[in-house]
Amino acid sequence: MKKIILGLILFLLVAFLPLGYNIYTGKKAYIPVIKAPEDKKECVENVFIMRKRHNIVLEKWRDASVRHGIKKYVSLNGTYKISLTGTCLGCHSDKTQFCDRCHDYAGVKPRCWDCHNIPDKVAEK
Amino acid sequence: MNRRDFLKITGILAIGAASHQTAMILLSSEVKGDQAKKKRWAMAISFSACVKREGCRDCIDNCHLIHNVPEFTDNKDKIQWIWSSHYESVFGEQTNMFTKGMLKNLSVLCLCNHCENPPCVKVCPTKATWKNKDGIIMIDYHRCIGCRYCMAACPYDARSFNWKDPKPFIKEINRDFPTRAKGVVEKCNFCEERITQGLLPACVEACPEKALTFGDLNDPESDISRLLKTRFSIQRKPHLGTDPKVFYLF
Repeated sequence: MKKIILGLILFLLVAFLPLGYNIYTGKKAYIPVIKAPEDKKECVENVFIMRKRHNIVLEKWRDASVRHGIKKYVSLNGTYKISLTGTCLGCHSDKTQFCDRCHDYAGVKPRCWDCHNIPDKVAEK
Repeated sequence: MNRRDFLKITGILAIGAASHQTAMILLSSEVKGDQAKKKRWAMAISFSACVKREGCRDCIDNCHLIHNVPEFTDNKDKIQWIWSSHYESVFGEQTNMFTKGMLKNLSVLCLCNHCENPPCVKVCPTKATWKNKDGIIMIDYHRCIGCRYCMAACPYDARSFNWKDPKPFIKEINRDFPTRAKGVVEKCNFCEERITQGLLPACVEACPEKALTFGDLNDPESDISRLLKTRFSIQRKPHLGTDPKVFYLF
């Protein structure tokens, strides 16, 4: 019995270690802060859609551009060239301050940048 | 509701559904009409103009620069969208005892033939490669799983596989065109991204001798249609029935 209780306590300690660590380091209420471009009011769609569904918008862009040869995107906010490097990173020029902030926090690893160019990195090279 | 009212409502609904169907058929016929205007992009390469400058690589260099094609030091990893080879190895079945001597030193420019009946498209298990509405054989690098069936199917050796991450081997990255990742097959795309902007393909633009002609075979007035009507041309491995869209002019 004693062993079981000891084991349980040990298990709970280990299980709640990450939570305790975050409380201790003050990261409990951490929400990633992203740096939006200052001179632009809205993205290709409104902020709410982009926040929730940017991945779906990007998938639609990908299929439209690659598979159907559609190179322009028309939304209520205007007409945009379908281009990850050109249009998206044209405004959100610092990927590390924008894309990576949330993706790192959420543990999401999109593979866009395996092929698509990051202008800053290209310039460095 | 009595029987009469019921029949009336059903009738109205049926008319509504039928008109919807008719509208759809009319719309789709409009789409078909649009397809009649589709292009058939093709290229003609003039031997006589191409050989004028010995060792010229302008077309190859421009294409590979624009499309971020890596340059591997090991031949086994080689990636090529456009390259030159000997006449005999390209036109093996169109040689005889005299051409062997006469055309010994003739180097022939090779690229994807953008076949009318592409064998590579038939074998792709993920539909990552397909023929687009203008006849260009496209690759969706997002969807390619790197099985290399298409490479085995292509009779022209037009496709290369990325055995390694190509990025460190690209001398100068062109920001406006994506690179590729390890594990995908790549090849010439007939400069689809440039044609849609109204530009000529990179190789055609770079040629100092104007040896390459690019245009629409569906347009009888285009440069390429006129050229092919008046000059003798050959295609690579025509007996295979792939109907290549790259023509070689004598």
